[in-house]
Amino acid sequence: MNRVLGKHGWTLGLLALLVLLFGITRIIQPNFGASGLDSLSRAALPFAFATAAMVIVVIAGGIDLSVASMMAVAGVTAAVLMEGAGTGGTLFAVAVVLVAGLAMGALNGALIVVTRVPDIVVTLAMLFVWEGVALLILKAPGGTATPWLREMIVGPLVFAWLPKSLVFLAVCLAAVWVPLKRSKLGLSIYAIGSDELAAYRSGVSVGRTRIAAYALCGLLSAIGGLTLTMSTGNGEPIPGPYLLASVAAAVLGGAVLGGGRGALLGPVIAVFVLRLVRMDLTLASVDPNVTTIVEGTIMVAVVMLGGVLAMRRRRA
Amino acid sequence: MTGQEAATSLLLDARGVSKRFGAVVALRDASLTLRKGEIVALMGANGAGKSTFVKILTGALQRDGGTIRIRGQESSARSPAGARAAGLVPVYQEPSLIPDLDVADNLRLGGTPVDPFRHWVAELGIKDLRLDAMIGQLPLATLRILDLARALASKPDVLLLDEMTAALPTDLVERVLKTVRAEADNGRSVIYISHRFSEISELCDRASILRDGATVGDLPIEDRVEDKVVELMLGASLGSGEAPAAQARPVPEGPPSLRVRSLAAGRKLTDVSFDLHRGEVLGVVALEGQGQDELFDVLAGLDRPESGEIEVNGSRALFRHPADAIAAGHVLVPGDRAHGLLMERSVRENIALPLVARARKWGAIRMKDEARRVSGAIERLQIDTRAQGEVQRLSGGNQQKVTIARWVAKGVETLLLFDPTRGIDVRTKRQIYLLVRELAGQGASVLYYTSELGEVAMACDRAVVIFNGRSVDTIEAADASEENLLRAAYGLTETADVPA
Repeated sequence: MNRVLGKHGWTLGLLALLVLLFGITRIIQPNFGASGLDSLSRAALPFAFATAAMVIVVIAGGIDLSVASMMAVAGVTAAVLMEGAGTGGTLFAVAVVLVAGLAMGALNGALIVVTRVPDIVVTLAMLFVWEGVALLILKAPGGTATPWLREMIVGPLVFAWLPKSLVFLAVCLAAVWVPLKRSKLGLSIYAIGSDELAAYRSGVSVGRTRIAAYALCGLLSAIGGLTLTMSTGNGEPIPGPYLLASVAAAVLGGAVLGGGRGALLGPVIAVFVLRLVRMDLTLASVDPNVTTIVEGTIMVAVVMLGGVLAMRRRRA
Repeated sequence: MTGQEAATSLLLDARGVSKRFGAVVALRDASLTLRKGEIVALMGANGAGKSTFVKILTGALQRDGGTIRIRGQESSARSPAGARAAGLVPVYQEPSLIPDLDVADNLRLGGTPVDPFRHWVAELGIKDLRLDAMIGQLPLATLRILDLARALASKPDVLLLDEMTAALPTDLVERVLKTVRAEADNGRSVIYISHRFSEISELCDRASILRDGATVGDLPIEDRVEDKVVELMLGASLGSGEAPAAQARPVPEGPPSLRVRSLAAGRKLTDVSFDLHRGEVLGVVALEGQGQDELFDVLAGLDRPESGEIEVNGSRALFRHPADAIAAGHVLVPGDRAHGLLMERSVRENIALPLVARARKWGAIRMKDEARRVSGAIERLQIDTRAQGEVQRLSGGNQQKVTIARWVAKGVETLLLFDPTRGIDVRTKRQIYLLVRELAGQGASVLYYTSELGEVAMACDRAVVIFNGRSVDTIEAADASEENLLRAAYGLTETADVPA
């Protein structure tokens, strides 16, 4: 029991924080119910995918500043390809978007590995490149999303309290994460983030692993961009506020910048925590400028608390 | 046996291996042969090219010339994974386990079978190891055993052990040596790297000796082989070539300005004592990784001691921060020049920094005074100032002069020099010796660690020898022949002539 707590204590703590926030929400807004949960979950969807994308490269000891731009490329590509498309065309569009995501991410990773320019510089440059590509594909918001695809993330599934969007999120992330966790690639990603030299000496191909991590980041960013188009119904070429939000949620969720530590569940819960804080403050009609101050304070306080707890445990 | 047969019966046969880094030749002609079931010690003094050779054998570096055959097959391992596949498995000095993964995941990562691993872990004397224990939370000794068990579980043809017994408690050392011997009797071959002669004579069949990047000898282990090994490591020419300017000064009168007793810090430094007087240059002699890094870190306030005493001018000192050490007059010139200099800034700024950092007076920097001290220092050291705009554009020797010049400008009580002449040309070296002597003449105390044994007689009054974390000997400059120093550095001199 203690070991489980030790290993997953952070995630459980975040879960408790989430429940607490739901309680607060019910107090502020007594009629917050199934539909409120549905819209919260749908709004959180692109943030959750952006965060998952960021977490993978952070675990590998890197960072990807181009996550939001890759989402924009994926979003507009989907919107353009789906314009007037039938079922076949829609599936084709989804496939193209996913492959494009993988390719964009792999290019980021390959540039970092081959040129040896620091990841933060390469992905900053690619942030601008992908931003330009998105605008070339679509100059202004436009295109469309196939209705049945849009339906996939609207409303509840079976139970009134279970939003389809949440199921969609769980299925997509599980499809990427579960096989990854069980594969040698997954281990290698943790390994290069934890100690690159030891990983190299253990026979891990550091360069290839890094490229794969960035490719997965691109894939998850592309899914995030797709959900953006699915929820708004059109393509938006200007990147949204997903970059810093994803770093924030990754860190709050227990991923350590510098690599080696973290998992997917914690950061995804952190996304919901941060969304819910924002919603509660809005519902309580707090000045929006104060809202961002509160968000920042929560992040520093929680991460600091985590550091103190970890130090205590080490001393004990 | 014909030459042909001899070649094929060799499990590992490395010949004429060479490697250069830019203009620096690290290996000229390194060779190593290994038969089935043999344990061979690979030996060499600091800078002989041992670590480069190991990296090439294990695939971490590519050789420029020469051949390496494993079981008669040309090996072209381009990575550690490749060397492993060819049957050569290393256990490095630093454990190569991933700190953020648990034991089981580390095994999966390297494709190590679990059951043999468990067998070896138990055999090597670690009980109750949990496979879900996080590597980062295990003690170093355990990690080294796990690393060895992992290597053994992969059934290597050739096992390369790099300072395997360092950081291990005595009972584990015995277990390890017994196990390695038994495995060799079962037909595995072992390349054994160690600074401990006692282990080598107990365990090894032969010793192969590197000097200046070339293999200079291959000796069977027998009685009094230590003398021959030391001789080979030094080379005939070096021993008599440079006549040391042995100006043995008597130990200065009066109390020491720095008194160190039973100092212990980190994992390597266990028990070091010495006295350092005003006007004295005390050498520190040690093989790589015997605790000298930790000693200098503690004296410069970069690290705190675990036990022992440091007295500065008769009163106890505890440095919590480098600023405390600097306030007590201790100044470190680090081994890596990049750690001591602001590489992008100018020579003048670098020299002036400690003057400013003192910050005893708030307010503006007194530019005139600063300029006077800085140019005085530059002149005295004959620093080539053509590229003074950025320190990183200076040559290594001139950079090193800047690191010392800043303390000449400030004035210093105790100068801690950590291998100050590494990779520097002879002329600059001599200037640095003169400078050190001059600083001592002005009343400074100098502690001078050098990896070049020949420097002791030229630059120091006497030297304290550190072996295995302990100060084991003190040698006067007059007696500081390289042979004497090397024998002491290998712990071969029994007389512990250390102040109690």
